[in-house]
Parts: sequence; structure tokens; C-alpha cells
Amino acid sequence: MLLPISWLNEYVNVSDIPTEVLQKSLFSCGFEVEEVVNFGGEISRCVVGKILTLVPHENSDHLQIVTLDVGEYSSELQIVTGAHNISVGDYVPVALDGSTLAGGIKIKNGMLRGVPSYGMLCSGQELGIDDDWYEGASVNGILILHDPVAPGTDIKDVLDMNQEIYDVTITANRPDCQSVYGLAREVAAYFKRELKPLALDYTVSVERDETIHVSVEDADLCPRYIAHDVKDVVVCKSPELIRRRLKMCGHNAINSIVDITNYILVELGQPMHAFDCDHVTDNTIIVRRAKAGETIQTLDEKVFELTTDNLLICDAKEPVCIAGVMGGLNSGIRETTKDIIFEAAKFARDSVRKTSRALGQSSASSAKFSKGVDAYTTELAMNRALHLICEYGYGKVGCTRFDIGGAPTANTPVTTTYTDINRVLGIQVPVEEINGILSRLNFELIVDGDKISATAPAYREDVESYPDLSEEVIRMYGYDHITPKLMENAHVTSGGYTFEQKIFNKVQDTLAEAGCFETISYAFYSRAELDLLRMPAGALENDIVSIMNPLSDNYAIMRTTLVPTLCQVMARNAKRGNECGRFFEIARRFTKGQGDRPVEEMMVCVGAYGENETFFTVKGITEKLADAFKLNFEYRKATKPFLHPGMTAEILLNGRVIGYMGKLSYEVTADFEIGKSAFICDLEFAPFAAAVESHVKYKAIPKFPEVDRDYAFVAREEITNGEIVRAVKAACPAVSKVKIFDVYRGKNLPEGHKSVAYKVTFTPGDKALDQEQLDAYTSKILKRLERMYGITIRS
Amino acid sequence: MLSVEEKILEIRSKMTADLESVSSSEGLTRLWGEYLGKSGCVTMLSRELGKAAPADRPALGKAINALRGWAEEQFKAAESAVKQRELEERYLREAVDVTMPGEDLPVGGLNPVTIVRRQLIDVFGGLGFKVYEGPEIEDDYHNFTALNTPMEHPARDKQDTFYINDDLLLRTHTSPGQIRVMESWEPPFKVLVPGRVFRCDDDATHTPMFHQMEGLVIDKNLSLCDLHGLLDTMAKAMFTPDTKTRFRPSYFPFTEPSVEVDVSCCECGGKGCSLCKGTGWIEILGGGVVNRKVIENCGLNPDEWSGLAFGFGLDRISMLKYGVNNIHILFDGDTRILSQFKK
Repeated sequence: MLLPISWLNEYVNVSDIPTEVLQKSLFSCGFEVEEVVNFGGEISRCVVGKILTLVPHENSDHLQIVTLDVGEYSSELQIVTGAHNISVGDYVPVALDGSTLAGGIKIKNGMLRGVPSYGMLCSGQELGIDDDWYEGASVNGILILHDPVAPGTDIKDVLDMNQEIYDVTITANRPDCQSVYGLAREVAAYFKRELKPLALDYTVSVERDETIHVSVEDADLCPRYIAHDVKDVVVCKSPELIRRRLKMCGHNAINSIVDITNYILVELGQPMHAFDCDHVTDNTIIVRRAKAGETIQTLDEKVFELTTDNLLICDAKEPVCIAGVMGGLNSGIRETTKDIIFEAAKFARDSVRKTSRALGQSSASSAKFSKGVDAYTTELAMNRALHLICEYGYGKVGCTRFDIGGAPTANTPVTTTYTDINRVLGIQVPVEEINGILSRLNFELIVDGDKISATAPAYREDVESYPDLSEEVIRMYGYDHITPKLMENAHVTSGGYTFEQKIFNKVQDTLAEAGCFETISYAFYSRAELDLLRMPAGALENDIVSIMNPLSDNYAIMRTTLVPTLCQVMARNAKRGNECGRFFEIARRFTKGQGDRPVEEMMVCVGAYGENETFFTVKGITEKLADAFKLNFEYRKATKPFLHPGMTAEILLNGRVIGYMGKLSYEVTADFEIGKSAFICDLEFAPFAAAVESHVKYKAIPKFPEVDRDYAFVAREEITNGEIVRAVKAACPAVSKVKIFDVYRGKNLPEGHKSVAYKVTFTPGDKALDQEQLDAYTSKILKRLERMYGITIRS
Repeated sequence: MLSVEEKILEIRSKMTADLESVSSSEGLTRLWGEYLGKSGCVTMLSRELGKAAPADRPALGKAINALRGWAEEQFKAAESAVKQRELEERYLREAVDVTMPGEDLPVGGLNPVTIVRRQLIDVFGGLGFKVYEGPEIEDDYHNFTALNTPMEHPARDKQDTFYINDDLLLRTHTSPGQIRVMESWEPPFKVLVPGRVFRCDDDATHTPMFHQMEGLVIDKNLSLCDLHGLLDTMAKAMFTPDTKTRFRPSYFPFTEPSVEVDVSCCECGGKGCSLCKGTGWIEILGGGVVNRKVIENCGLNPDEWSGLAFGFGLDRISMLKYGVNNIHILFDGDTRILSQFKK
């Protein structure tokens, strides 16, 4: 919120405190000054000049040559001007050589049609002000000062333009500080200075007035509603002080009545409204929920259809205001307005915020209501408004007041001990300090030894228990008293990763070592991206979790597979001219599942593209992963709608499918615009992690040497390496390794056959392997291969 | 015919010349055969001993043996010289241009967010913090209600939070992890909750998904001083040992008192620069003493147990640490970006 320091000064004298100190103090007690705006700050070397002579320019029909007394700067300064609203003896603003005006405009000496001009006479606009700031500043021509001022005086002093305005951030728990007076209370408490009380007195001058009727039908949305009438109002221009203060806080001056409501809004943080009695049928105000489908036309002539979530202020006939948000078409104050009803209310913050958002209408009032208004200040605001009416003679205060909901009950005292307050802080703030701070913050204290009972002031709705008191104390006492300690009273606990989390890290490390970069993509994407995978309706990938309120269609569904995002990463790299790349992401996939909640499963997804990548380079990565954890992956030919039908494998671990890998089909590669061969591997993390042995037991190395035998088999084309390896291992328990080292196709082989060469390693048991034993093993192997696959040994 | 003595002399001089000119192991082997082999001249000379007069035999035998001994020594020396020369030639022959590129063994790398996440877990792990990861799709209770977020709080709005249905949502912070841990773990404990979080924000400085790490300590008699100690340790480990930390009042529904924590600017060391907007301080996290209501919501007695909680953005810390000026860079995936963060 915007805080003009001159206004703050009215309630607590801070004129002797340097601005840096004031800012730092506000910051340290919880109110960060985001920005300091210097109203008029850019204007420099602009002073008062008294016009001595005025003669026409010889070479121009519109220019005039002026001489001025500008005090210490010159007793006879010559300036050429085009203005015609000036006369000898006028006091005017003079921009001297080297001066700066509003908008950063620089003024220098110059020549106008052969006559030297040593500066410029200024209009109100050139000083950045209008009639709201200084009567006559909006005139088309030079600003003429109302009263004589010593020539040479800085114009900013004359026009009260040395204004500092703080833009202060107020945390959500302190709506009571969303006002000049609220912050004045804090500043007074911090600097231990007197807070000037608000002038709230007013005189009722209409003893017998036409009765007004107020009723609140939905008290849950309107805990307090105060209405008070004012007769024979004077709708005119507000006094300079009010206009200037409103301007500094971003409000335009409108008229005497509306300006009072805005003034109170800024000063006390309580939004107010003034109804024109001529437009309140039967002088009746009813506060109620809108009926479904009910409509209202607002001040800006828009028509809104409402729901029962919206609160309305209605007269006997129809709605006149959307409570706390916007006035109706006829709710404005005009020059012809005679009698008014002031409204000061507390509307539920939730209701105002929702209505304001739903209708897309916000105002300074709706913003304040959304942050929260306290029912105590509601009454202060009404009295303050009536005081201003009396002070400025803007009307006759009526004797009818409706106060529905009434004053809030006092806050419940927080009963605790000084020990508890200090324990939260970890330091010993002296009792006198604690008492002093809480008293200055207007808490009522009852002290009994170590015991303390503190009641927060009525405008505070955020104090509930002793840690709140600790916070009040430390923000005033100073956070710099908190000194770092490392949990001297706490228990020792063991820390670090779980076994599964360690595996997670090692998977990341292993993939990085295999040349893959870790990418992080959003957990949601578009239905269209998923559909590029061409998965059939019943597939897991189509068991979609949708977002009710996505930012756009691009982020509408949760990822059921990480494949599309990895394809996007590859495409992005390829399009930018990166020739190749390997990537991985370990993240969750989300599927709807059968239960109440969606299923989140951690997936390890690898993508690789580039001229040198093949099915087997990528399989090398998965093999490296298996090897890093001493696991055996098995691969089985498979199909996936988005993968190359001849280059797709399911990956099995301990007989269970835990993922797949393969080359992206040409169609999908084209759809994602990758433009190069691209491969994908997708594994479930959980079964993978579960299979890793947490405890490794040492096995002695074989006592007798292992023996290698090479075999060349003749097999039909369709027999896979995997089938042969499995068969060889199954045939003989002594086989510890089976590795293919050659494939031959061509002459001397039957049609549709290939020759495959294997090195088979036999590990002996408790005695060395002899020739006879090896021959027996070989025969077992050959028999099994022959029986299962018709494989023969190549002669 | 030459006498044996003469032959010895001749062999000596010839062999000396031969050994001087031999240049390879093969040549040396051949020469050895010629002199010391079965039919080599030295061996042949021994056979001539039989023809000599018996009286001369001992002296001649001695001379021939001396010759053999000498020859073997000469060969040994020559062999060593040849081997040395051959080794030198081999080294010369095998010399490479060491500036030629090495074999291409690609190494990838971790995302900067992961690197920072691990560094932080290392720091806090050493202080006794375990790691917990909760669900990314949360329910309203754990994400808001249990954390003392009032029903009317703006964070609950559809404008700020992604909803799956009326109850389920994408967690907006890692704080629900605190609740889940408090519900199921026996105090005292210390826990970190790192993870992905989601908010309806997508512009130059916000991404709809980002990363947080939450810390929670539940123990007895914890205070703001303890929180300061923890965060001071963290800041010094993550940035530099002379990094300072500063508390200032703030507000979160789930802590009371709540603080915003600033660290002295890692770029200028506190003197003031464009990164810290001239203040010398950078805001990195929020925290506080766990609100008694939150402890109560989790079934613990707030008079017995106290808590400290803090949370920060992993993306923000990685950006500060690596000088990344745009959060979108972390999610881009360009190898030219990612290859800069190899550990």
C-alpha cells in the first residue's frame, strides 16, 4: 500500500527520523518498503519568479519577452515565452538553465528568433500537477501562483511537492495495517512515540429525519453493517489537503462526498459507500444474497448476471450495489444529490474476493475487503466520515444510525508465561521489554509473576496463542537478537537417504555416465502430444488424469508416459542444430487407476537421437544400467504403436516386464519433427529398485580354472540370440556365460539359415573339468538346441 | 694351417667386428649360432682339441674356455645394447600426436536442480535429516487445511492451484510432506521433503511447475535460534563460508513466528549489485516455528513437541548458484545448456 510520509506525520511525528532509518525500521518490524516514490522528485532548479516587464518579441507575432526577479539567481532574468495568460507582477514557476521538469525534460538557455532566453516559464502540466494539486494548475498557459512568494524560492516548497511516498508490503495476517493510521500505530510503537488520536467527534444536526430502514438478511457474508444518514450535502470540490493526499495514493478526486469515502479507505483501510437517497427506493437498504440469475447494471454500465454466492445491497425495489465490489448504475453521487446514506460494513473477505474474481471487477474497495476488514474499524470509519462532514461543512449529520451486527466481542486473552514466550525465541528478552512492547502495541496486560495474560486490541484478529506474542516481541525487539545455535536441546537423529533413494541417485549417475543429460519437463502436456503415440483406447497410456483448470490445452493432462516430453526435448535439440543427444528423465507418470486416488509411479525414461545411435547403442545404455546394479535384463521382441515394428523389445527383470525400448517409428519421428533416428527406453523404477540386493555376500572365486569352448551352430533365421543363450544355460548348470561373437549368412548354409558362433564359459564345481566332462556338457547342450530349435553344430 | 692360438685370435677379432656391426635381435641370434651354436666356430674349436698334442691340451683347453667365456660375455653385452636400441626405435616408431582428439566416450550430466538438491541433502543429511517424498497429487486436507490455511485463503482459488477434482490437486508446495511425516513418524525427527510443485503461473519469471525443498524438525524446546543455526549452516555450505543470514518477520499460516530469510548476496558479498538490487541481501527462503495448530492437526501434543520448518525453491537456489537468469532455462533440455553443469 502507498504511504505518504507527510500523512503519516500527522499521526506520529517522524519528521526528525531520516528516511533510511524509517524504512529500515518498518522493514525490521515486518513491513517491507518495496519502493520509495518521490512525488515531484524529478523536478529540480525550478524557482519562483516575479514578472517585472513584459514586451512583445520583434520578430514574432506570438512570443513575448519577459524579465523576472528570481531572487538569488538573478534580479533581472530574461525569458522568451509563448504564453499569454501572464501579466507584470505575477508570481510564476521559472525553470532555470540546467533544470529538470516532470517526465525528465531538461531546460537549457537558448535563442528564440534571435533573442536569448535564460530558461522557461512553466505550466502546471510541466510540473506534473493539475487542479487537484493546486488550483489553476490545469490552466492552458503558465501556472500563476495565488499569493506572493519570495522570488528564488524552490517551487517544490511552494507547491508542497517534496513528498516521499512509501510503497509498503503488508503480510496477509495484518489487514489492520492496510492503512495510514494502521501503519502509524506500528511506527509509534516502534519509536516509542505518541500516536495522535483520530478525530471522531461529530455533531448531529438533524434531530428528526425521515426514517431509513436497514436490514441484513445474510449476516454470514456481512458480520457488521453501519448506515448513517447525512442531509443537505454539499457536493463540491474537496479541499486541497484531501485532493493532494488522494492523488498521492492513486485516487482521483471526484467530489466532496466520494472523496471522503476514499480518504477513509486510505486512512483507516475501511471501504465506505455513499448512497444518494433519491435513488434508494423507500430509503430502505437490504443486504442479501443475489438470487440465481438476478442481474445488475453497474456504474460503468455493464450488466452482470449473478449467483447466490454474490452479496447485494438492495433498496426496496432492486439491487443498487454489488457489496464491496461495485456500485450500481444509479448509486453515484451527483451535484444534485441532496441526502445521502453512508455505509461502512464488514463483508466476508472470501465472498468479496470470489465475487470480484468471478465478475472480473475489482476496485480499491474490493481489494481491501479481500484482504480483510475488522468490525471494530468499521465504526471508527463511520464516525470519522461524519467528523469530516462536520469539519468541512459538507452536510447535516442525521440522528439515525443502524449498526447491524454491532461491535465485535473483545479478543480472548492469551494466557501464558514469559518463559514460554522466550522459549520460542531461544533468547531471554527481559520482562520489562516484553511488557513495554506489548503495551505499546495496545495489548492489555495482566501480570502475575511469570504468568502473563495479554489481550490483543480490537483491530487485531491474528493473535491466538503465545507464539504470536513471541512474534510481536521479537519484531519490535529486533531479529538481530536471534543468534544462530545448532539445536543444543534436540535429540541426535540419523539422517540421509533411504536405500531406494540411493538407488535413485545411482540410476541418475549411471545414465549420466552413459552420456545422457538429465532433463526436467513439466508433469503435464496436451492430449494431442500423447495421441501422437497412437496408443489404443484401452492402453495404460490412455488412463488419463485430467486437470480441471489447466493453463491451456497444452498443459491439460498429467503425463501417463514420459515419452512425448522426451521426444519434444530431442526435437528441440535437433531443430536447433545439435547433431545428437542422449537424455533421461526420472519422474512420475500419473494414471487414473482403480482406487480413489490417481496412481503415481516413478519412471526412468531415456531418449537418444543422432546418426550414430542404433538400437544397440541404446541397448548398451540399458545394459550398463543393469550391470551397475548386478541385475540381468532379458529382452523379448515386442511391438508398440509408436516404435519401429522390427526394433522394439520388452525388457524383463526376473520374468516380469518392467519396460520396453526401441526405435521411434518413422511416422512418430516425423510427427515430433525430430528429423533423425531416435530411440526410447522406458523402465519402471520401483521393480527395478526392489530387485537390487541391499546386502552383497562374498562368493569365493572358483578354485579350478574356467574353461571356454567355442561353438558354431546352424540355426533357422528366426531363432533369436536370446533363445539360444537361454537354451544353452538351461541345458547345463556349469555354464556361467554365453556370448555370441559371430553371425554368418551365405554359402554352404541351407536356405533360410544362419551360422552363429558362441563362446561358452564353463565354471567347474569342486573338481577341475576334464575332457570327458566337457564332452558330456557339449552333448547335453547340442541335444537341447536340436530338440527345441532344430539347431545343429556346424561341421 | 693356423694354429689354435691363431684361430682364437682370429675369432676374437672377427667376432668383435661382427658384434659391432650387428643391429637387430635376429642378427644377434644368427651370430650367436655362428660362434656359440652347435656348429659355431667356438664350438668347432673345442673339437679340434682332440687333434692337439696331449701336453698342449690343458693349456689349449683353458684358452678355448676363456674364449667361450669372453664370447658369452660379449654376446650378453651386445644383446643388451641391441635390445636397448630396439626399444628406443620402437618408442620412436610408436610416438603419437598427443594433441589428436581422444576417443569419444560421451558423458552426460545431471540437471542443475538435481545437483543443488543433492548438495542440500548432503548438508542437512549430515545434521540428521532424513529424506521423504510425498505424492505430487495431494488432497485439500494435506495441502491446505492441515497447514492451517483458512478456507477463504486465495491460494485455494482455481486461479492459483491446479485441481484434479474438488478434493484432489497438484500440490502447491512441499509442505504437505510435513503433515504426512508428522502423521506417520515417531518424534523426534528431522526430515527434508524435496519435490516438484505446481502453481497456475506461466510467464517470464514463473513456470507452472518448479521445485521446493521443505525441512521440518520435531523435537522438544526448539527455538528461532535453532532455526537460524540450521539455515546459517546451510547458507555457508551452499554459497561461501562467509555468507551471512538475516531474519525478518513474515507470515505463513503454518508457522508462528514466521520469518523470511535473506542471505548476503552471493554475487557482491553484500556490497550491493544488480542481482541483489543494491540491498546486499537476497531472499532465499521462508520458515518459522511450526504453528501449534499444525502440530495438533497431526496428532501431536504442542505442549510437548515443538517444530521448526523452512522451505525454499531449488530452482531459485540453482539459479543463484550458477548465475542462471531465466527459470525457463532449467526446463529447456538443450545439450548446450545441460553440458555446462557436469559435476
